[in-house]
Amino acid sequence: MALSGVKVNMTEKRDTSSSCMAGVDVGGTFTDVFILNEHTGTAKVAKVPTSRPDQSASFLTGLAQHINNLSELSVVVHGTTAGTNALLERKGAKTGVITTQGLRDVLEMRRRDRPRTWGLRGNFVPIVERQCRLEVPERTLADGTIKTPVDLQAVKLAAEQLQKAGCESIAILFANAYANPANEEQAVKVVRDIWPNNHVATSSEILPEIREFERFSTTALNAYLQPEVSGYINRLENALSKDGFAGEFMIVQSNGGVMNADVACKFPVRTALSGPAAGVIAAGHIAGSAGFDNVITGDVGGTSFDVSLIANGESMLSAQTAVDFGMVVRTPMIEITTIGAGGGSIAWVDKGGLLNIGPESAGSNPGPAAYGLGNDRPTVTDANIVLGRINIDQPIGKLSNRLDNSAAAAAIDKHIGAPLGMGTEAAAEAILRVANSRMAGAVRLVSIERGFNPKQFVFMPFGGGGGLHACAMLHDVGIAAAIVPRYPGVTSAMGCVIADVRQDFVQTINANLSDLNSDKLLAFMQAHVKQGLQLLDNANTKIDATEITFELDMAYIGQTHTVSVAIPVEVKQSTVQPIDQTSINDAFDLAYRHSFGRLLDNGVKRIINLRSAVIGKRPKFDLRTLAPTHTNKDENNKDDCTPQCARRVHFANQWHKTVIYDRLSLPVGTTIDGPAILEQPDTTVLIEPGFQGRVDEFGNTIIKAQES
Amino acid sequence: MSQSKIDPTTLAVLAGRMEQIADEMDATLFRAAFNPIIAEAHDASHGIYHAQSGDTLIQGKSGLPIFVGVMALGVKAVIEKAKKDDDLADGDIFIFNDAHIGGTHLSDMRLIQPYYYNEELFCFLASVGHWHDVGGAVPGNYNPAATDVFQEAVVIPPVRLARAGKLNQDIIDILMRNTRLPQSAQGDLNGQLSALDLGVQRMDELLNEYGAVTVKNALVALSDSAESLMRSEIEALPNGRWEAEDFLDNDGIVDEPLAIKVALEISNDELTIDFAGTAMQCAGPVNIALPTTLATAYVALKHLFPNLPANAGVMRPVNVLVPEGSILSAEFPAPTGGYTETILRMIDTIFCAAAQASQTLSVANAYGTINALCIAGKRDNGKPWVMFSFYGGGHGANCDGDGLNHGNAPISTATIPPMEILEAAYPVMFRQWALRPDSAGAGKFQGGMGAIYEIEVLEDNGAEAFLFGERGKFPPQGIAGGSTAALNRCHYENDGQWHSPPMVSKMRQVTLKQGEAVRLETPGGGGFGKASERDPDSIATDVHAGLISEDYADSVYGTLWRKSKHD
Repeated sequence: MALSGVKVNMTEKRDTSSSCMAGVDVGGTFTDVFILNEHTGTAKVAKVPTSRPDQSASFLTGLAQHINNLSELSVVVHGTTAGTNALLERKGAKTGVITTQGLRDVLEMRRRDRPRTWGLRGNFVPIVERQCRLEVPERTLADGTIKTPVDLQAVKLAAEQLQKAGCESIAILFANAYANPANEEQAVKVVRDIWPNNHVATSSEILPEIREFERFSTTALNAYLQPEVSGYINRLENALSKDGFAGEFMIVQSNGGVMNADVACKFPVRTALSGPAAGVIAAGHIAGSAGFDNVITGDVGGTSFDVSLIANGESMLSAQTAVDFGMVVRTPMIEITTIGAGGGSIAWVDKGGLLNIGPESAGSNPGPAAYGLGNDRPTVTDANIVLGRINIDQPIGKLSNRLDNSAAAAAIDKHIGAPLGMGTEAAAEAILRVANSRMAGAVRLVSIERGFNPKQFVFMPFGGGGGLHACAMLHDVGIAAAIVPRYPGVTSAMGCVIADVRQDFVQTINANLSDLNSDKLLAFMQAHVKQGLQLLDNANTKIDATEITFELDMAYIGQTHTVSVAIPVEVKQSTVQPIDQTSINDAFDLAYRHSFGRLLDNGVKRIINLRSAVIGKRPKFDLRTLAPTHTNKDENNKDDCTPQCARRVHFANQWHKTVIYDRLSLPVGTTIDGPAILEQPDTTVLIEPGFQGRVDEFGNTIIKAQES
Repeated sequence: MSQSKIDPTTLAVLAGRMEQIADEMDATLFRAAFNPIIAEAHDASHGIYHAQSGDTLIQGKSGLPIFVGVMALGVKAVIEKAKKDDDLADGDIFIFNDAHIGGTHLSDMRLIQPYYYNEELFCFLASVGHWHDVGGAVPGNYNPAATDVFQEAVVIPPVRLARAGKLNQDIIDILMRNTRLPQSAQGDLNGQLSALDLGVQRMDELLNEYGAVTVKNALVALSDSAESLMRSEIEALPNGRWEAEDFLDNDGIVDEPLAIKVALEISNDELTIDFAGTAMQCAGPVNIALPTTLATAYVALKHLFPNLPANAGVMRPVNVLVPEGSILSAEFPAPTGGYTETILRMIDTIFCAAAQASQTLSVANAYGTINALCIAGKRDNGKPWVMFSFYGGGHGANCDGDGLNHGNAPISTATIPPMEILEAAYPVMFRQWALRPDSAGAGKFQGGMGAIYEIEVLEDNGAEAFLFGERGKFPPQGIAGGSTAALNRCHYENDGQWHSPPMVSKMRQVTLKQGEAVRLETPGGGGFGKASERDPDSIATDVHAGLISEDYADSVYGTLWRKSKHD
């Protein structure tokens, strides 16, 4: 399915000769493409089914919807789930580990957690088998002292053994290597000498941060992914260049920044949340342009509802995530909270007679009962269908032509209506009310956990299903407005085009503030800046400005949780200016008081980690290029505001005659009172009775309660 | 339609809304707490409790498992106190930590507030959190040598921390004078008060939106639904009586085993859990108070039936019988600091008895001890250091598969601190942090492996070591014909020789010189099903990985695995 292109007037001409930028987000079901022609001001979107197993086919098909010759493209930015899928499906390379004597099982022992709180079932198979985790004599202490020099002969034998066992990649994981990488450096040199291989890395290269399990896990998962992901990226690059592409190919990282394809090949673990992170970046830009700095995004997918929070224009970063139980990746990533309540989530009645939604999901195959592909249990989507909210003749997320309303109704009657003694419509409304209530709960909880009041935010639904639930978030959470982007189904692809180039660095310092060796800190900062700027230079893309930030993870001694302390450091002509203890002390007090309200008398302050970020700001395109070209003030456009048709839609216990609009043809400034449905090829926006939708100057729909 | 009827949609929505209130209270405390035991290990819990009975109506999802059952008993204690005083008003907040009246151990501080709507008592809101230090003989309040509660910590019975909305500074002053870490305690107290504030605010919003009658009806319906869910789970099991018995090694004071005996009796849709035959109250800190025992029964059931809600309705068809004067209903002022070991053993026996009723229902025993190890000493500059941590072991096998290697205790979800964090904070070096081969129970499905931790003292001045563990004499049990796991073992190094402590799993004040070490070898989990039914390929895989030795494989599984095609 290809979406129609939108030709618009340019508001500002740029002087770049190469005309088009493409963002391509490959998801589980669909590959979304967003193409921006900066020269002519044309923005185009496309959506094609994701090809399996080789996703590069749909990548190229998607581009080909609107681009005849790939040489027209200056930049292609890719949001990918290749890494995440390889982890979840355990399809990475055979990986070997060389580690400190006594520590071969760290990867398998994790942090002594369990998969689920209740039930005590389930186990864990690490991605590196035990016989491929070999120990060598060596030991560094926590202060960086080498207690036992590394036995290089043992390293050599271990590497040979792993090579013979068929390993394709090797992770070198030594205790306390964050404090002194010397033993790891010697070991990796020996391994690279006897076995020249791009897929060999040490834990101090990947993540020089204290906490052995998190560092080892991140390094080992990186090694596990390297052959797979770099193979995928190389295949894509080759395919692109074969078709004439000569521009820059970049990949979105979990931190919402982009990196060069060759950096991604070295650090594939940084792509874990690539696509979703791009979506949040786009959401921030869209909302910010429309005048909203505080946004809670909600992506309603097939199996889940993903919530993210943007405060004062900044998306929240979390330090790590677990891709699956025990598979911890520690690298800064956009914080996204997921609950199991998406379109495919199954509704069921428990033995106590209580209606529940999810976490079990019918996914996209077999999908909702209305797909007729073998699932006969009702899903959230089935409830939307039965109530007339989804157009059964133009299904989204389904590759056949029509949805089966009667199959959806039968599933709801059998599994919900009968046990609860309700009619079909009442049961369907019940499913939606419970699903909406769970989504609203996630929105509230994410805000509370971050110390915010959700009522001060606007809600931005995206993904194919978000627009159906926007009004529910307004009344259930008490949020004043929702902003539905013009193209909510391709937000991640748009985010690829918007995202900045960004590199994050970490280095554990582990020193009391009073004993801080400022020269050493400065040297680490300088090294990060040098590497970061080098990467920006290598990224052959237009950068408007460079931003460099430094933060210290600090705590009072005895505390294990840290506060993030932004320190005021100047960088003049690529040279980091020195910072003194007093400035760090003041910055700590400010941050600590902000988090905890008060300082500790006589507390000894400690610096745990340095975190540096080097950001290359890419030019932001004007979102007006996506807006409708006409306004409702223009007499010629009156027809566009005429409903296409009307159908019966069920809201609040009764059927309403509900008008249906073609959303993309609505002029700027149009207001539409609910009940109404706005349809576009990949999204349905529901305006419930009592709400009003308005088309803003960017083509977003702003939904608010009707003024009475 | 009778008055207590409520439509299923509103009921389902309110169930989620109210659980959410408790979740938001959890989140508020986790965020505000100063102390990592709450902020990171989430050793805390919040909920909504019945106005007259104190029964659990709703509890948050992220709190510590053991609190899910025990909180109601704290609320009941407050209700009794208020009744005795004939004094309860809007804006009152009670505080207490007394384990013998509705507590667990003295580190757990409870705040309980009556919630009024339209000037009528609607329910109670409660918050519990594990404070860092509440006085007593040992910092952190884990005193293996305690013979009464006074040696463990300061004891606070239920008293009013706030009266009619005004905090009583006198109580706060007493609390802050009785802790080694007043700043931490004040931070936790403020966090718990904020959580209660948020709870009140959210209840107001909910009741304004739905009305008191509807919410009350929903609460009644949720208890009824929890009850019928529990009844249908019990009814699916065969009628009969199943017994299991296990032992604690000793109480740390007298080296005598202590029996924990349970009988599960299923009669149609009702269940009796009878602890007749359990040992009498003992001198050391492995006693527990009756409320803890009842809560533990609930925790065991929730592991067997993970979908049970945190609602007192679940316990209506369940009758828990506890012999008077036993270690499960210890009288004040018996010490309860080591309560974790006793409740873990109770859960083990319930699982073993349940497995006789249904093999698919139950799981084999997990490692069954928290192994609280303390290594302490003085640095060159005279400053004391204390490294205190709990260690992991294997989980039990079950009908779905092998047990988890190196998991946390069933009563907790706390993770272990990283070795590098411990080495950076204390003068120690872990020589080994590894899985312990051959430590799991054999079976069709094998238990998870326990662990080995060998910790060397680096400080010139040496150190002293203390251990509070269990399972040194009685191993974790298998179910459905599965074998027992390995015993818990502790050794310490003195002058080039390895020794084991006289109480086996408990060790007091062992002196270690620089370069000497303590070595813990923790149990794995019990096995499920007959060893002869284990897939030879799985055996060969484990041998190949070195998780089980060839000798062990031959002796417990026979030699068939040697013909396996495993490469």
